[in-house]
Amino acid sequence: MNGAEKQSTRVEYGKILAQLGRENPEIVVLDADLSGSTQTHFFARAFPDRFFNMGIAEQDMMGTAAGLAVAGKIPFASTFAIFATGRAWEQIRQSIAYGDLNVKIVASHGGVTVGEDGGSHQGIEDLALMRVLPNMVVLVPADGVETRAMVRWAAAYRGPVYIRTSRQPFPVLFDNDTYHFILGRGQVLREGQDVTLAGCGLMVHHCLAAADLLAAEGIAARVLNLSCIKPLDWELVVESARLTGALVSAEEHMTIGGLGSAISEVLTEFFPVPLQRIGIRDVFGLSGKAENLLKHFGLNPDDIKKAALKAVGRKKERK
Amino acid sequence: MLWPWENQVLRLGLDIFQCRLLAAGMSQEFSHLTDELQLKEIARQVRRDIVEMLYHAKSGHTGGSLSATDILVALFFGVMRLKPGDPLWPQRDYFILSKGHAAPALYAVLARLGFFPREDLNRLRSFGSHLQGHPCALSTPGVEISTGSLGQGLSVATGIALGVRLNGAGQRVYTLLGDGEVQEGQVWEAAMAAAHYKVDNLVAILDRNRLQIDGRTWDVMSIEPLVAKWEAFGWHTMQVNGHSFPELLEAFQACRYFTGQPSIIIAHTIKGKGVAIFEDQVKYHGVAPTQEEYEQAKRELGEV
Repeated sequence: MNGAEKQSTRVEYGKILAQLGRENPEIVVLDADLSGSTQTHFFARAFPDRFFNMGIAEQDMMGTAAGLAVAGKIPFASTFAIFATGRAWEQIRQSIAYGDLNVKIVASHGGVTVGEDGGSHQGIEDLALMRVLPNMVVLVPADGVETRAMVRWAAAYRGPVYIRTSRQPFPVLFDNDTYHFILGRGQVLREGQDVTLAGCGLMVHHCLAAADLLAAEGIAARVLNLSCIKPLDWELVVESARLTGALVSAEEHMTIGGLGSAISEVLTEFFPVPLQRIGIRDVFGLSGKAENLLKHFGLNPDDIKKAALKAVGRKKERK
Repeated sequence: MLWPWENQVLRLGLDIFQCRLLAAGMSQEFSHLTDELQLKEIARQVRRDIVEMLYHAKSGHTGGSLSATDILVALFFGVMRLKPGDPLWPQRDYFILSKGHAAPALYAVLARLGFFPREDLNRLRSFGSHLQGHPCALSTPGVEISTGSLGQGLSVATGIALGVRLNGAGQRVYTLLGDGEVQEGQVWEAAMAAAHYKVDNLVAILDRNRLQIDGRTWDVMSIEPLVAKWEAFGWHTMQVNGHSFPELLEAFQACRYFTGQPSIIIAHTIKGKGVAIFEDQVKYHGVAPTQEEYEQAKRELGEV
């Protein structure tokens, strides 16, 4: 692990996509006038014949991607998370997911750390919108290494995949040589027996920082990277519930419908223990610097720490 | 794996080797029919199948299936390159039924061509049948993509046209839209994109039957002037009588000579065409024939 170096998941997506384009001539890329932001411009420059800028028309982009998949291509369609999953949700449902088509949707600008553009541009519902679709795989990478591994995996996997990337760079968490992405598997980043902190994306880093804060108070936290939101690693969730008896979920997304909901569903069905959910609480985003917004919405390590203490307290009450 | 029609042969108690021999024959490319009388006879039988299957299903879209019948028969029997025994033949032409509610017409045509047994038709919309209420690519051989939610087929067809153009095998892509369907905004996004990317291997057909569920198109939401709209979007635009095989076949042929732009054929049709009581009647958009209407339709359309 290397805490100092930072990489942007969207930039790493753009770079690995151009690399995959060299390896596999069937890969084609679509964008909706945001190639500079989503980072598909690397691919566009390298393979202009296999890049289709569909203009500001997300619904048409998803339908066109479906058609390219029918013709045997491996389309990657990119735009901002909210426009991909919100504006074109029913196109993804009808034209892509219903027919189990081989379309990869890689959306940037997930969460409130989009910042200054404000609530209209901050995708805080995308995971919920994609998670309810049959056949859809939903992924949120926690660093550049994981992004590259997921995109490479998605290109080889046959079926629809949604990957959310972020505007802000994160510290590098994984080792390029040893990290392998496995569908439906999460990772234990740190062992602990008092409480489990389970995050995705940026919040994995905040969970690790929260674990440090908790350690200072004598509480050992187990930290999970649940980057595969669907299918969720329910065995790891249940194992963590058995081991620690209390969990905190943390995501840069609504607490309704995202990772917190997914964990809650697993716990309720298989092993009910106290769960505190960190996320956006049924409100829209705001303009501001990412750091202001993380503080405002209660998404910082200190907030996770408080939630963990509450979860541990609830666990003790139950005994 | 058995093809669906192989199951039929097995059900009939025939030898499996005979079945395989049949398979060898059916994986040949279908040779086109251009004789008007032959095509008319096929269309009559397809209409007869549509009425029969809708009557058995007791629900479904009568009017739009019958208005689209001649267009589909012209395309599948007279124009498209396909192998009924090999639905995923890589060199095939593609057809997308954007107006997915006309599924009975598509199913009847596919069954006539041998994509699956005709006896399956009477299981339309039933539990366990591969013939879903709207086309489902995962369940029915010959259905390229699942449709039903209107306005999406032209985008998909454009994507296929772009994809096969990269492959360079000269394949063509056809899609059938309803006239009310162009009220969906996505249709015009796709129209813009197809012209921008100059996909001249794409042909859209617009089934201009002038009715939609709630009434006449001009009463519900004005869509005219259609020709001016499509031309303004950069499409090569033609108008034909959608019940005339010579006109339809000539238009499909003409599309091949217009390069650098996509083509649209606005086919003027009569909703419910072929059965007098259904013709140009709003109420038969989404209802199946009653027993009495079914008997009447059989008298008009004749026996199979």
